[in-house]
Amino acid sequence: MMEFIFSPELLEIIILSLWVSGAGTLFASILGIALGSIIALTEFRWKRLVLAFLNTWMALPAVVIGLLVYLLLKRSGPMGALGLLYSPGGMIIAQAILATPILAVLTTSALQEKGRRIIDTAHSLGAGWIMTCMTVVREARFAVITAVLTGFSRVIGETGMTMMVGGNIKGFTRVMTTTIALETMKGNFEIGITLGIVLVIVALIINLAIQLVRRVQA
Amino acid sequence: MKTMINILSSALLIAVGYLSPARGAENILILATTTSTYDTGLLDVLLPPFESQCKCKVKVIAVGTGQALRTARDGSADVVLVHDRAAEDEFVADGFGVKRYDVMFSDFVLVGPLDDPAKISGTKDVMGAFGTISRSGALFASRADESGTHKKELAIWKKVGLTPTGPSYLQVGSGMAATLRVASEKGAYCLTDRGTWLAHKKELTNLAVAVEKDPILINYYSVIAVSPEKHPDVNVGAAKKFIKFLTGSQGQRIIRNFGKDKYSEALFFPNAGRN
Repeated sequence: MMEFIFSPELLEIIILSLWVSGAGTLFASILGIALGSIIALTEFRWKRLVLAFLNTWMALPAVVIGLLVYLLLKRSGPMGALGLLYSPGGMIIAQAILATPILAVLTTSALQEKGRRIIDTAHSLGAGWIMTCMTVVREARFAVITAVLTGFSRVIGETGMTMMVGGNIKGFTRVMTTTIALETMKGNFEIGITLGIVLVIVALIINLAIQLVRRVQA
Repeated sequence: MKTMINILSSALLIAVGYLSPARGAENILILATTTSTYDTGLLDVLLPPFESQCKCKVKVIAVGTGQALRTARDGSADVVLVHDRAAEDEFVADGFGVKRYDVMFSDFVLVGPLDDPAKISGTKDVMGAFGTISRSGALFASRADESGTHKKELAIWKKVGLTPTGPSYLQVGSGMAATLRVASEKGAYCLTDRGTWLAHKKELTNLAVAVEKDPILINYYSVIAVSPEKHPDVNVGAAKKFIKFLTGSQGQRIIRNFGKDKYSEALFFPNAGRN
């Protein structure tokens, strides 16, 4: 077991986890923050419906998203030609879909708190629409960063969906959570616990970062 | 204050009582077994008649052979039904299992992509086929989860004298059905038990049987009771009855007839008491 814990293989698994979840969160952030800003800062007719849709999407179990992405990416599926199933690219897509509503909903509530006041100020200073939006996001940046970190910690701990879309192929799509599932299946509970501790440490670092962001903000 | 503590502690006692059903109140047998016996549906026809005979309830933990034996070593199961001879013998030799009993056998098949890049389809020699796949550089999907099927695959590679490595050897690290899906999507060869292959054949549109019926591919299942000397809490009585049922005439008949209607061929062949 000790050989595994100090092996380059484990390091690769950790790096792949961070890379896949980082990229997934990045795409989710671009989409989610844009969506959240539009919902929070503009008035349109179906706003409540869109929010209800986003909240439902957020409540969807990850394995359902995994199944949908699987059906989309499989060889005979509509996007099969891209060959993304059982690749890190496919995992990033699934994780981005999982995190997007979280980012959108959290961004919406973060901007709604501050939004109106800042918008009024910006308008009175003669700022255009895009300038106003950027000002609001900048003013609420700490809350938005918290949203991003929340999204990241959600996707890096995800297992079932990642297993389904990535396939848990050694040296290619095997990440921390799927390794834990596999080692448990093999009866190597010790390696599972060790990786669990690594995940806890990652989560701890993220949460400390969130606290730090809050402190700076206050 | 004192009455408060009394009420709280009795409430706690009642709660604990509910959470930990005393063994013996209900006769429960915990069976740790491989996914193949569960996923094919064999246990669904095997367990109900046993449960009514033994007046007990069987709880099934369906996992890989590796985890099944580990669960049993930890004393979390009463009896195991698994297929990995070397690990079984070690389990008994270490004192965790009482005795190994033959129950049945099934067989493995080597499946591969329809375009058959290694040109092995229809051959009868699985060792030769493994060698050809390795030399041709065709993809091979391995379960890589220390299940009975994975151990069998490794044993064949060892007999051929090859150590599969590199990017053409996909170590999937999942169950049989998931690994077959990877093989189908990526166009890889894959060693599978016949039951899982037949159960999922329809969705695996890119795969077909390449090599089968080589005597090496026979897969023996055995049943072992967990030793009460290591774990005094195990349900020895029900475990003994289960072994007697599986190796007896009724259990063996159910095994022989299973799958003929659903898969149009038998999946498991009873062999209790033959070797």
